[in-house]
Amino acid sequence: MSNYEIKEHDVLVIGAGGAGLRAAIEAAGKGISVGLVCKSLLGKAHTVMAEGGVAASLGTVDSRDGWQTHFRDTMIGGKYLNNYRMAELHAKEAAECVYELEKWGAVFDRTHDGKILQRAFGGHTYKRLCHVGDRTGLEMIRTLQDKGVHSGIDVYMECTISKLLKDGDKVSGAFGYFREDGRYILFRAKAIVLATGGTGRAFEVTSNSWEYTADGQALAYDAGADLIDMEFVQFHPTGMVWPPGVRGILVTEAVRGEGGRLTNKDGERFMWKYLPDALRGDYAADINEANAWVNDTLSGKLKTDYRRPPELSTRDNVARAIYTEVKEGRGSEHGGVYLDISYQPADRVKKKLPSMYHQFKDLADVDITKGPMEVGPTMHYTMGGIRVEADTQMSKVPGLFAAGECSGGMHGANRLGGNSLSDLIVFGRRAGRGAAAYASNISEMPKISDAEIKEAIDELEAPFKREKGHNPYKLQKDMYAITGSCFGIFRVEADLKKGLDMMEELNERIKQVGCGGGKNYNPGWHLARDLRNLSIAAEAIGRSALSRKESRGAHSRLDFPDTDEDQGHENTSVWKDGDKMQLAKTPLPVMPAELKELLKKKEVSHA
Amino acid sequence: MPEAYNAKLRVYRGDASGGTFKDYTVPVEEGMVVLDAIHYIQREVDPDLAVRWNCKAAKCGSCSAEVNGHPSLMCKTRMKGFSPDETITVQPIQSFPIIKDLVTDVSWNYEQNKRIQPFTPKKDTDWIMYQEDIERVQEFRKCIECFLCQNVCHVLRDNDRKDAFSGPRFMIRVASLEMHPLDDADRLEFLHKEGGIGYCNITKCCTEVCPESIHITDNGIIPMKERVVDEYYDPVAKFLKKVFSPKK
Amino acid sequence: MTEAKTGEAAKKPLFTTQRTDNWQKGPLAIATVFTLFIIYATWRTFENQYFEMGNLLSPFYSPKIEWHLWTKVWHLSPAILILWIPAGFRATCYYYRKAYYRSYFMTPPACGVSGYKGFQYQGETKFPFVFQNLHRYMFYLATLVLAVLWWDALQTLFAAGHFFNFGFFQVSVGTLVYFVNVVLLSNYSFGCHAFRHLIGGRLDCFSCGEPAKTSLSFWEKVTKLNEHHQLWAWCSLFSVAFADFYTRCVASNAWTDQILFQVQQVVQ
Repeated sequence: MSNYEIKEHDVLVIGAGGAGLRAAIEAAGKGISVGLVCKSLLGKAHTVMAEGGVAASLGTVDSRDGWQTHFRDTMIGGKYLNNYRMAELHAKEAAECVYELEKWGAVFDRTHDGKILQRAFGGHTYKRLCHVGDRTGLEMIRTLQDKGVHSGIDVYMECTISKLLKDGDKVSGAFGYFREDGRYILFRAKAIVLATGGTGRAFEVTSNSWEYTADGQALAYDAGADLIDMEFVQFHPTGMVWPPGVRGILVTEAVRGEGGRLTNKDGERFMWKYLPDALRGDYAADINEANAWVNDTLSGKLKTDYRRPPELSTRDNVARAIYTEVKEGRGSEHGGVYLDISYQPADRVKKKLPSMYHQFKDLADVDITKGPMEVGPTMHYTMGGIRVEADTQMSKVPGLFAAGECSGGMHGANRLGGNSLSDLIVFGRRAGRGAAAYASNISEMPKISDAEIKEAIDELEAPFKREKGHNPYKLQKDMYAITGSCFGIFRVEADLKKGLDMMEELNERIKQVGCGGGKNYNPGWHLARDLRNLSIAAEAIGRSALSRKESRGAHSRLDFPDTDEDQGHENTSVWKDGDKMQLAKTPLPVMPAELKELLKKKEVSHA
Repeated sequence: MPEAYNAKLRVYRGDASGGTFKDYTVPVEEGMVVLDAIHYIQREVDPDLAVRWNCKAAKCGSCSAEVNGHPSLMCKTRMKGFSPDETITVQPIQSFPIIKDLVTDVSWNYEQNKRIQPFTPKKDTDWIMYQEDIERVQEFRKCIECFLCQNVCHVLRDNDRKDAFSGPRFMIRVASLEMHPLDDADRLEFLHKEGGIGYCNITKCCTEVCPESIHITDNGIIPMKERVVDEYYDPVAKFLKKVFSPKK
Repeated sequence: MTEAKTGEAAKKPLFTTQRTDNWQKGPLAIATVFTLFIIYATWRTFENQYFEMGNLLSPFYSPKIEWHLWTKVWHLSPAILILWIPAGFRATCYYYRKAYYRSYFMTPPACGVSGYKGFQYQGETKFPFVFQNLHRYMFYLATLVLAVLWWDALQTLFAAGHFFNFGFFQVSVGTLVYFVNVVLLSNYSFGCHAFRHLIGGRLDCFSCGEPAKTSLSFWEKVTKLNEHHQLWAWCSLFSVAFADFYTRCVASNAWTDQILFQVQQVVQ
């Protein structure tokens, strides 16, 4: 059997984005030994890509705001499928957590009177997003990183965990390898916090970073935890589609807010066709009125008598429209639609949308002041994830905690912009606290069996031994084909079933994945391992989507276009049973009366 | 539209024990960047070609390398910038020991951060800060830690004075703390001694390669050098400081 | 331990690089122009003639030291007594440091190009470069010289011997040369990094009290100039050389200082 290092910690945190770092800092603050496993270098996690801001009802810009409104907005956004308790804790604690970041050195943009500035965002009643220009995520991760390195946390960089170990039903450790030289490491721990982010890399077109390979979801699944609400995958309507290298990278909604026009290959502004009849009256009647609205906006008027252009319809509606245009053959050259802001003065575009200007210029060599962008829907966020207990973030497996995107329940069927960053710090902190408390109650390190370790090593070594094994990059491409065509933005039963069949076949091939080269920094080997995690996530998404026979939030079924009240009271749960994925509907936790009251009121008062 | 062509790449393959450049041919698609070409090689030719990357959107600072000798983020270096008959050389950053292929051991940088006293807020502050007071700090906080500045800095690169100088990245890290309106700590001694700001001879390569366009020298290192002068070289400034601000 | 952290570049000989562009061009051009300037300035310093004509006084010889009083103790050119100030100001200037460390000392010659490794690099921590830290004192002195040069420029607005007599107001080509020179020199001097620090950069809080707020507005203006410090450094270097050259040509009767505008004909 190969050698491995052994490290011991009271709490081991896997994932070093916003949630993982926050959890590690919290646990280390309790005076116990904390290890932080980081799949990349420290500070590179996907959190750095968050732009808009962190939602917290500080009320510095609009004093009417308070946790009650934030709670209500979150529940409405999540189509009432959220874990009410998580939404409540989140709304109540976000502000405190933001101020905590400031005390650790975060430098948010300021109001005129020197407080934290907040901006408006979709679905939030009041201006609520604390931000630093369009690099809020970077500010957050750097703050936590700087705080973390002075908190006595042991950081293991470029280390991938491949298996969680258990002592009976309790978590006892984790096994993994270092990318650098492929050496193995065994962590013994009393409690483990998963904070590994989402599942974006299961899709080809995604705004997510390389690391989003569903590691946490798969580790927890293997360890016996439930994954809930996996069908809810948020697609953002506008991602870049061309050139190929940048496909999926986000194009901010602000482009449309500034008057960006969506057209198909015939030059038709198609969004009018897709406005729901009930809401048609909220939008401009024709191009003239839309132009008048834009002109008023350009001239800086706060109020306009004109109605907004149809491009400013809701995200799901715009995504559906773009998808349909492309599917019916009216798409752009490269399979998107055109988004054009170039009719406006170049200086204004550069001033109002600096990051978009640079993004297209630097990454794609497209000058958005001179011509249209091509855009299409891109996979953006995983609402579902590991089922956890709201207050402590502990999963069904004793000692196993989860926080951030890899956990489920907080966002329900759809996440509001800005709620992800606040989710990280609120529940990162709670998970760190929960894990520390749990670990403190355990006197002895749980046991780890040699058999489990051998199994973990064999699993990791296997790809090297298959000389004729499948190329992992090829398998990944095949998975993209399945997720893109069957589990994508619009779903129908036939596609979902077909996709699941194809996944089953693919899973067999993934079991036969091979890789050449040695163990030293070998991306092919790393991918071979990641594929397994991604396939679990893809299957969970497919199965859950098939089981939810309605459209709700981010889950759109073409064969069940309406929302069904009855299905709004249950989560979809999947778990591992032997070699099979089991699925069941589990009831939502019941909301107490006083919170229900909050949802009823049109205006919420903040005493 | 430019005609499709096959680009010639020379990519460094090797590890700590040595290595050499290997030639590859990569079909170029429109809008392709160097990182796409590297991914193509991984996918189609050598699956074990080692490269660090995460976001591919110039936000995480992982894919630092030297393309035709220019320290750059591969995700931001467009193939269009090279002529079709040119051979594009891609090598790992040269100031840090190589792990494998395009991946280097940058852990030394993480050690530097630990030596810097973290943000230490003033006691009893009301946390009121104005935008004009934090503009300077925010510029430095744009840093994505790609370490291209650390790579190109000749003090670390040619002269290997990692024993004496923390490098540009950590000069601006200190600057971001020192210029923070609510910070109460004094890191000038660190800068002067362990940090080794005197080793910087402001030849500005750090600023030239910064993908975030941070004015590392003009806005960060030079102002810090001047503060060090106040404290250690200028008797008049030292005297005035003593007289007019007895407390810091 | 340190050994383990050494990168490839530290082992490479001078000028090793993978750069394929013409990186030599910049440092070579700078070295050439600098060297030519230094030769010219040295020659002019020791020439000790053709520096004054009518209302024109070469910036290399200003302020005019009444050297007939000095001749007993100083036999050399008065320019020597003056030029060390602007020379010292520029030699310690943060922009010029970059330029000559690259072009002359090759530490490094260009970004990503292996530098000279024949000595244990000490940066600006040891003699002689530790004196770069006194740049601000050179700034103080250079500002005094600059004030004199402004005075000299004003002199050119009046016929020789009629300073501030508006009956003798005039504008000559020399006036333009001198004013362009002092404006460029001022933009260079007041964009100085040390000045930027002293005027406000040393503060952590710009909004804390009225004096700090005033500092902020100065600091912002200095910052504007500072952003183009390199440009002003070069322009003013050329302009000061040209102002001297122009004066020399006029003083040696090679050229006449053409009067462009005059209040009245002045008959001497």
